Amino acid sequence: MTVARPFAAVCGAALAVAVAFLALPVVAVFADAPPRELVSSLGDAAALDALRLSFECSALALVAVIAIGTPAAWLLATRRFPGRALVVTIVELPLVMPPAVAGIGLLAALGPAGLLGGITGRHLVLQTAGVVVALAFVSAPFYLRLAQAGFAAIDPALLEASRTLGAGEGRTFARVAIPAARGALGAGAALAWGRALGEFGATLMFAGSFRGVTQTAPLAIYERFSTDLPAALALSAVLIAVSAGLLLAVKLATRDAVG
Amino acid sequence: MPRYFSVSLTLLVLAGCGGGATSLKVSAAASLQSPFTQLGGARYSFAGSDQLAAQIRAGAQPDVFAAANAKLPDALYADGLVERPVAFARNELVIAVARDSPIRRIADLARPGVAIATGSATVPVGAYTQATLARLPEAQRAAIERNVRSRDPDVAGVVGKVAEGAVDAGFVYRSDVVATRGRLRAVRLPAALRPQVVYEAAVVRGSKHPGAARAFVRALLGGRAAAALRQAGFAKP
Repeated sequence: MTVARPFAAVCGAALAVAVAFLALPVVAVFADAPPRELVSSLGDAAALDALRLSFECSALALVAVIAIGTPAAWLLATRRFPGRALVVTIVELPLVMPPAVAGIGLLAALGPAGLLGGITGRHLVLQTAGVVVALAFVSAPFYLRLAQAGFAAIDPALLEASRTLGAGEGRTFARVAIPAARGALGAGAALAWGRALGEFGATLMFAGSFRGVTQTAPLAIYERFSTDLPAALALSAVLIAVSAGLLLAVKLATRDAVG
Repeated sequence: MPRYFSVSLTLLVLAGCGGGATSLKVSAAASLQSPFTQLGGARYSFAGSDQLAAQIRAGAQPDVFAAANAKLPDALYADGLVERPVAFARNELVIAVARDSPIRRIADLARPGVAIATGSATVPVGAYTQATLARLPEAQRAAIERNVRSRDPDVAGVVGKVAEGAVDAGFVYRSDVVATRGRLRAVRLPAALRPQVVYEAAVVRGSKHPGAARAFVRALLGGRAAAALRQAGFAKP
């Protein structure tokens, strides 16, 4: 007890510092955004275009990431195969990549002069589809990593029971593994969505910035920063509020997880 | 284990961004990257001049602000945030195209299907572009505007999009094309359309090294700095 008390105090203090540090910029945005600006920013057509584009593109990217990432993560979590460590590293790489590097990489791969330029042409660069591609690229690792960890943490006995009861691999995956890893999948989806909503650098380099087509909310905020700080703050506040709402909703929807 | 590895790697990458020397901090227009980097002698932060000015207004304190126009430093001077700005170079707005591009003159930009990148209206290069387009006949201006695919926050983004073939043409400075060492070609604008592009630098008030900052600004007008600017495609102020 005498040992535990000071330790608990240290942990408590560390948590307080962490929370204060992480919350301060958020609080400051709301404190500095004049309430009148907050309301009028919702009447700013360009800002609304940017918010709409951000949510549409990030939602599309998330759907693609979940559809492809869930079975991929299942394989990574349940199979040992040669080169698996390399595959895991490749999947994690975008996490540590500066967004500018991601943007250059996407241009070099999918730009008109890129590796696959013969196929992609100008169908992705500076197009809304390109925004979705950029968002999927930077956000996919968050989902894959958490989904893999979630699947790996399932009690093997549970999966074994499903198989002995006659369920095939596909059925076990859909009916047992996904519900069991629901919490991790939800957390991964929330993180990936958050990352996609905040994406800036890769979007700018690969998709550019054009109102209604490729200018997402972060790009609109950056543009406003130089000319209209109150509007930039207001749009930031709206983005924070809606993002927080989305994250919370995803967490609540997947809260009663088994794993 | 791999999970913790990637987390610690992220932290390492972030930590690498710190780095603290006591040298002069210079916030400079993106178009100054090539000559200033060659010049060395300070820690440079390159971005759209409007972003750098907004940072100074928000309380960021570099020692020197070097902008791609006179408007932004003059406005900061009027508000007492910088010392009197000094014009130190001129540049020229041009149309950057790929070396083998069929685009020869500004009228070619009005053809359907030509993709164009410009600076956003807030960054000097974008404002110069707007001023230029405004001098064109209305139908031609509208046709060119319809071909704009991206309005980038700084000129570096415009150059990159032309260089990568994402667009056919971009409004940039002559010095930006020089910096590509032949990868891009500059299509000059008719003299009547060319805006005055003057670069101004100013010492930021409250600089911890005002002497060194003033010396830096003075040095831009001659010697090695002026030579580097000329070589990079800038003209005398």
